[in-house]
Amino acid sequence: MGEPLERRAVISGAAQSDVGRRLYRTGIDLTVDAALRAITDAGLTTADIDGVSTYPGFGGSFGGAMGAELHEALRLSLNWRSSGVETAGPLGAVHNAILAVATGVARHVLVFRTVVEGSGGPLRPGSGSGGGGGMSGSAGPFQFMIPYGAASAACWVACYARRHMHDYGTTRTQLGAIAVNGRANAAANPKAIYTEPMTIDDYLAVRMVSEPLCLYDCDVPCDGSTAVVVSHRDYAPDAPAGAVGVNAIGTAIRGRPSWDQFDDLTSMMMRHTAASMWERTELSVDDVDTAQLYDGFSWLTLAWIEAMGFCGKGESGAFVEGGTNIGPDGAVPLNTSGGQLSAGRLHGFGHLHEAVMQLRGTANIGVDDCEVVAVGAGGGPETGSLLLTKGPS
Amino acid sequence: MSGDSPPRFVLASPESEFYWRSGADGRLRIQRCGDCGRWIHPPGPACPFCHSRRIGPEPVAGTGTVATYTVNHKEWIPGFTPPYVFAFVELDEDPTVRIGTNIVGCEIGEVEIGMRVEVLFEESGEWHVPLFRPAGAREP
Ligand SMILES: [Zn+2]
Repeated sequence: MGEPLERRAVISGAAQSDVGRRLYRTGIDLTVDAALRAITDAGLTTADIDGVSTYPGFGGSFGGAMGAELHEALRLSLNWRSSGVETAGPLGAVHNAILAVATGVARHVLVFRTVVEGSGGPLRPGSGSGGGGGMSGSAGPFQFMIPYGAASAACWVACYARRHMHDYGTTRTQLGAIAVNGRANAAANPKAIYTEPMTIDDYLAVRMVSEPLCLYDCDVPCDGSTAVVVSHRDYAPDAPAGAVGVNAIGTAIRGRPSWDQFDDLTSMMMRHTAASMWERTELSVDDVDTAQLYDGFSWLTLAWIEAMGFCGKGESGAFVEGGTNIGPDGAVPLNTSGGQLSAGRLHGFGHLHEAVMQLRGTANIGVDDCEVVAVGAGGGPETGSLLLTKGPS
Repeated sequence: MSGDSPPRFVLASPESEFYWRSGADGRLRIQRCGDCGRWIHPPGPACPFCHSRRIGPEPVAGTGTVATYTVNHKEWIPGFTPPYVFAFVELDEDPTVRIGTNIVGCEIGEVEIGMRVEVLFEESGEWHVPLFRPAGAREP
């Protein structure tokens, strides 16, 4: 192919609202904070914003806030607005913004993801904590799981984790390295939810949720909003905090769009998503300086590590065991702001925000000479990724 | 799960209604293509392989293998008293037909990947919900 179209886009601004276990503020209230901070960070004003993109595009505890709510709250004048859940996971909102900018439909797109799952009410089947996007109720694909009490993504991910352990010998001690690594990194993140030290023994001693997943394998619901500004790359020299380049988007969903009918019970859709990202770049996995990989459940991170190619299929347990490879000084520093297990379930946008901070050199735990970051978000059939670079790609 | 049955929140679609009623005569049924013969699950509007509309429910043996499972320790839905096993069972007719279910009729610690299982049905209102138990556990 010629130059991938996404390279015409950069991330010119990034910011977050307050993040907390329970803030008792509305989703749009938090969104306005994140959006205004991101716009200022990009060196722009609301008058410059001509596009809005979000995931999933409805309210409630999982949805957070709609694009139209921000449109109205800031009285924006838009050439383009988009939202939806039928994307490559939550980062699909970023993919859409990148493509809108690359095709000239918009010049500066405000992208946000807001959650109020901490204070937003009880878990409901098909929504809320890890509930699988917009597929609510049990008439859809979940009709074959809800009658059996498998009402949370924890149950479905646990089935994959169990099969991965069976086929490849992955252990709970290995899985626990994801949680312990996240907790250690969260200590340096002032917005993280859980920062008290955690050892692998603490992990192994905590109560089970859905075997083999224990409490520390499940992310922590929270309230918070993350916003980024996606701009045309010719704006990059004017971005005061530095523009982050978009090298490649990972969007492929080549398998069956299903949690229960996917062809391989030891991988998920990220296998296709990451493959499609590498098809769009001359960079390779060896060029990646840090990885921000979704940890809504710790096993999903193992699946992302394998999908991205940091190790071979089935080798992720050994790769992460003991935490050396994934620590701040390791081969692939992972989830350097704590991830969702400890820093809060910002639904992939916490990972995206941290990637931008790393490439700017402003992360709390900085990776030396960081030039390339891989970001992957989502699980099951809803996964998307980004390969980001220091400066325009 | 012991004692009372948990709440079986079945919300059938027009395509799947037969699946939840099938057990009334003790047989499990899966949608099958009348032209290419492939099994289709979850049931859909057409054969995804040859696009034939000649599709319909057909009885299967009701035997299969546990592909993977989880033991739940959290009461995800009130009335599902932990611990209980949620599993994916792959049917003998076609292992790509993967059915979510509960494994019953044995100790929780006996469930393992590769375990041979057979269907039984639990009546829940108008529905017959397919469950699985170790193969050969059927009373004489
Ligand atoms: Zn057919």
